[in-house]
Amino acid sequence: MKNWLVLGTVAVAALVLGVAVGPSGIGTGEALRALTGRGDPSAVAIVRDLRLPRALLAFLVGGSLAAAGASLQAVVRNPLADPFLLGISGGAGLGAVLAIAFHLGGAWALPASAFIGAVIAVAMVYRLAIVAGSAVDGRILLLAGVVVGAFTASIMGAVLSVSPAPELRNAMLWLMGGFGNASWQSLAVFAAYAVLPLGMLYAASRSLDLLSLGDEPARFLGADTERVRRTLYLVASMLTAAAVAVSGIIGFVGLVVPHAVRMRLGHLHLVLLPAAFLAGGSLLVVADAVARMAFAPVELPVGVVTALVGVPVFTVLVRRWTR
Amino acid sequence: MDSLILAARGLTFRYPGAATNAVEGVDFDLKAGELVAVLGPNGSGKTTLLRLLLGVLTPDRGTVTIQDREASQWDRRSLARLVGVVVQREEPAFPLRAGQAVALGRYPHLSPFASPGPADRRAVDSALARADVAGLVDRWVATLSGGEWQRVRIARALAQEPRALALDEATANLDLRHEMETFELLAELTTREGLGVLLVTHHVNLAARYADRIVVLDRGRVVSSGRPSEALTQQVMERVFQWPVTMTQWAGAPQMVPLKNVERGNR
Repeated sequence: MKNWLVLGTVAVAALVLGVAVGPSGIGTGEALRALTGRGDPSAVAIVRDLRLPRALLAFLVGGSLAAAGASLQAVVRNPLADPFLLGISGGAGLGAVLAIAFHLGGAWALPASAFIGAVIAVAMVYRLAIVAGSAVDGRILLLAGVVVGAFTASIMGAVLSVSPAPELRNAMLWLMGGFGNASWQSLAVFAAYAVLPLGMLYAASRSLDLLSLGDEPARFLGADTERVRRTLYLVASMLTAAAVAVSGIIGFVGLVVPHAVRMRLGHLHLVLLPAAFLAGGSLLVVADAVARMAFAPVELPVGVVTALVGVPVFTVLVRRWTR
Repeated sequence: MDSLILAARGLTFRYPGAATNAVEGVDFDLKAGELVAVLGPNGSGKTTLLRLLLGVLTPDRGTVTIQDREASQWDRRSLARLVGVVVQREEPAFPLRAGQAVALGRYPHLSPFASPGPADRRAVDSALARADVAGLVDRWVATLSGGEWQRVRIARALAQEPRALALDEATANLDLRHEMETFELLAELTTREGLGVLLVTHHVNLAARYADRIVVLDRGRVVSSGRPSEALTQQVMERVFQWPVTMTQWAGAPQMVPLKNVERGNR
């Protein structure tokens, strides 16, 4: 109970911070007043139409990445698994870079092609794992993910190296992740999309507990392992793909957050998944606030911030894990 | 209720790409209240037989019936309420406390979100006590000895409140006391609680003393079966294990003594 109180408080505090800070010189108190519709109309517009949907989107995306990461770790039975190691980000990145290189117009062309790229990459990883012998062997899935990631990275490099400078800059910014384009619309689309996968992951919590034991024991404790593994792998991958599509490539949330939560709250998924969701959401809202403020008015890509935080944290976690 | 829990007829199975059948023409029965031991050298098909009987593998020929229903008709959850299984090797991917591991035995009885109720807690407590692991509940399973981990997994299988237990070399890592206690526990579960117990083991002499029936496998075939005194003859043991032995008796059960090379001449 105490843990939930802490996580809930942290989440609310992170969201308040996300709304309160920004480069436009609106003070914290003014921002919170503007939230209720009082005060300067331009401040109200900035807070309600820019900062609030942005903070909420960052929260949802961070939570989804963390929940997807925690589930994938159980599905592939590897504590170092992460949505990005499984090749999903590579596919999404390639899709986005192609959209930028070919000047596909419209606000939705880039996320849509990133999403399609991610889905194709997921399918390739799964197919490759089957060809390699087993899509139920986590190590093979991870290897397939790394191979597909390397493949998409090389195509991306080729496309980028022949692109003119403005496209190159756009693509690089997108690849590093950010919420600069957040709006109520993108929030609504992502939320509508994420509800079902998140619900499916949570409903499968007990199956994930069993899968962590290994296939044979899991089966004898009542899990339909092959079906559960296939479904959850696809659901977690699609969730990651959607996150990548709205906010670019944001690494380490899906890896570091579940690890930190595991150390504090254990490995049973009925607790782990919602806790990782709250912690991942909070982390990404704070990271986004840092990204906006560190060199204001210039924005850092939020993926840079999560990597700068994630790498040292991950090093500490791995040392404890393998001690 | 029919006392026959498992019945297999004419089971034949070959792993994809293998040159020979792993299991060939095997008949097998397990009734409530009996302890059946499956013996045989390494690679004789014991584990494959277990997987076929539990519906993990589908036989190329033959049938497996679990309580009057074709094995393939069982969903894993219902089957987990009927049969508890302790497999040979198991390594959790994430740290787990022994108590949590045993509580997983209630999952076949729990709906996706329901918290464990008093009946679940009673089942877990009783399983912990019967497997003598109540003192280990707060230990991380990675810090348990091989024998302790085996007994924790037996406790988890008991927490499933099954009608039958299947154990694949479950006493392999146990020291003498815990090995004897495990055999005593299994015997008690069969006689007092009427469980059917299927035990795959290398311990010929303990199997001979505790099992009601013995099935000896060699290269996938049943070469001998029946009560220990019928199934375990010198001729069968020497052929199956390819080593000279002599047979003696202890309290009415056959006991096998493998011979040293220097003892071979004066048999």
